Formats: sequence, structure tokens, C-alpha cells
Amino acid sequence: MTTTETAPIIPDFGDDETDRKIAFICSKGNLDMAYPALIMASGALGEGIECHIFFTFWGMDMINKATQANLQFSMLGNTAMHMPGQAWHIPQGFGGLPGMTGFATRMLKKQIRELDVPDVPEFLSMLHDMGAKLWACKLSVDMMGLERDDMIDEVEDIINVSEFMELSEDAQIIFI
Amino acid sequence: MAVATIAGVDVHVDDEGFMTEPGEWNEDIGRQLATNIGIEMTEDHWRVVKFLREDFTETGETPTLRRVSTAGGFETKQLFVLFPKKPAKKMSYVAGLQKPVGCV
Repeated sequence: MTTTETAPIIPDFGDDETDRKIAFICSKGNLDMAYPALIMASGALGEGIECHIFFTFWGMDMINKATQANLQFSMLGNTAMHMPGQAWHIPQGFGGLPGMTGFATRMLKKQIRELDVPDVPEFLSMLHDMGAKLWACKLSVDMMGLERDDMIDEVEDIINVSEFMELSEDAQIIFI
Repeated sequence: MAVATIAGVDVHVDDEGFMTEPGEWNEDIGRQLATNIGIEMTEDHWRVVKFLREDFTETGETPTLRRVSTAGGFETKQLFVLFPKKPAKKMSYVAGLQKPVGCV
């Protein structure tokens, strides 16, 4: 039914609610495990939510200049692996054959690109432009023998766990 | 579905106030919608809004923030300055379109 409003309906964009905060912990360096945080962070930033991403352990590969463009996707250990549009599962043994990781990686990258979703380096740069704060884990940096220059410029700083706890106070934390 | 009078014109809006009939939009309505949410339209705002409307005409979908940046050539940072905090929703509101449905 159509009704005529006398007072205008103005969307509530919640501009006064500035206190929501979200922090992602990225601990994985697999291509398929890099995307969940990136996509959710972009959604959060688009909603005006303060957003932090803390990279630790294998997640460091996402912000390491030498590795970030070359994250891989393996079929191994993924029992949900099937060809796009097909219901039958690919036997796990195939995943171990030479070249299969490269094949699966290329396929996943193609599917992501077709949706106009950026690759990992561009995605991180975009999130930085949207206001996300990227943090590198001190222990991981030390363990992997990395320097600040090994990481992309968008990284805010190298911080330890207690500093992460301080900045994520009152934040919703998502561990990936 | 409701009808609201914006800038002297009766237009169809949804429960949140987003226009549901893009064809009913004109620049005066766009300016009024912007004022409703505290935005004063500048040339830069209009360029973005015009891109949204053109892209919608072409694709039939409200472009996402990512698309406004890649296909429209607007910097993401600038979009956050022009339409603070929730640029994708605010741009589509002012352009008389529905919110984008894409995630990125």
C-alpha cells in the first residue's frame, strides 16, 4: 500500500555512533584465508566502523612485500574442494600432485578477479585508504627475521601483544 | 512503500527514505537529499553522483564503493571525505538510488 508522508523520511546513517570498533587478527598466509578479513574489513569501514588488522605468524605473508602478491591456495586438507558449479568432490590425492596448488591458485584468483574484487596487495592499499590501521606482530617479525622495510608502507607499526590489547580495547575481535 | 515530497516533487521512497524510482530524481531532489544528511553539494559531489546515475543506467545496479573507484576513477580516500563514514550508502541516497548490494 502506498502512503503519503508529510514529514520526510531521512535514513539514519548513525553518524553519532562513533564507538563501534573491530579488530581482525590475520594468522594465515593461504590465499583463501587472506580474503575473509579483507572483505569484512572493507564492509566494516564502509559502515564507518573503526577497523584494525593485526598480522601475525603466517598472516605476515599478507604484508610482506616479497610474498603478498604470491599467496597460494592448496586443495589439500580442504574437503569442500570441488570444481566451480560441480557438486562432486575432488579426491584429496589430486591436491598432492605436482602443479595442483598452482592450478588451484590461478583458478581462485581468476574467480576473485571476475567479481572485481582486488588482489591482496591492492586490497590492503584500498583498506588503508578507507582508514584501516594495519599492524605487524613483533614476535613474528623477530621470528622471521624481517625488517620494517620488508613490509608494505601501509603498515602502521610493529607492535607487541600488549600494545594490540590496548588498541583493541572495546573492539570486537575476529581471529582468522 | 511511501510517497514523500522532496524539493516540491512527490517521489517514491522505501522505509529508510531511499528513493525507489530512479527516474523520479532530478538535481534539486539530489541537493535536498544531500541537505537532509548534512552534505552541501559541491562540484566534486556532483561528479560522483552523476557517475552513479550513469553507471546505474548502464548496469541496472547501484555501483559499490570499489566500482565507483575503479570504473568511475574517483579515489577511495576522496569518497570518504565527500560522503563521510558511510560513502556507499550516502552517495546512493543522494543519487536517488537503492543501496549497493555488492560486498566489495
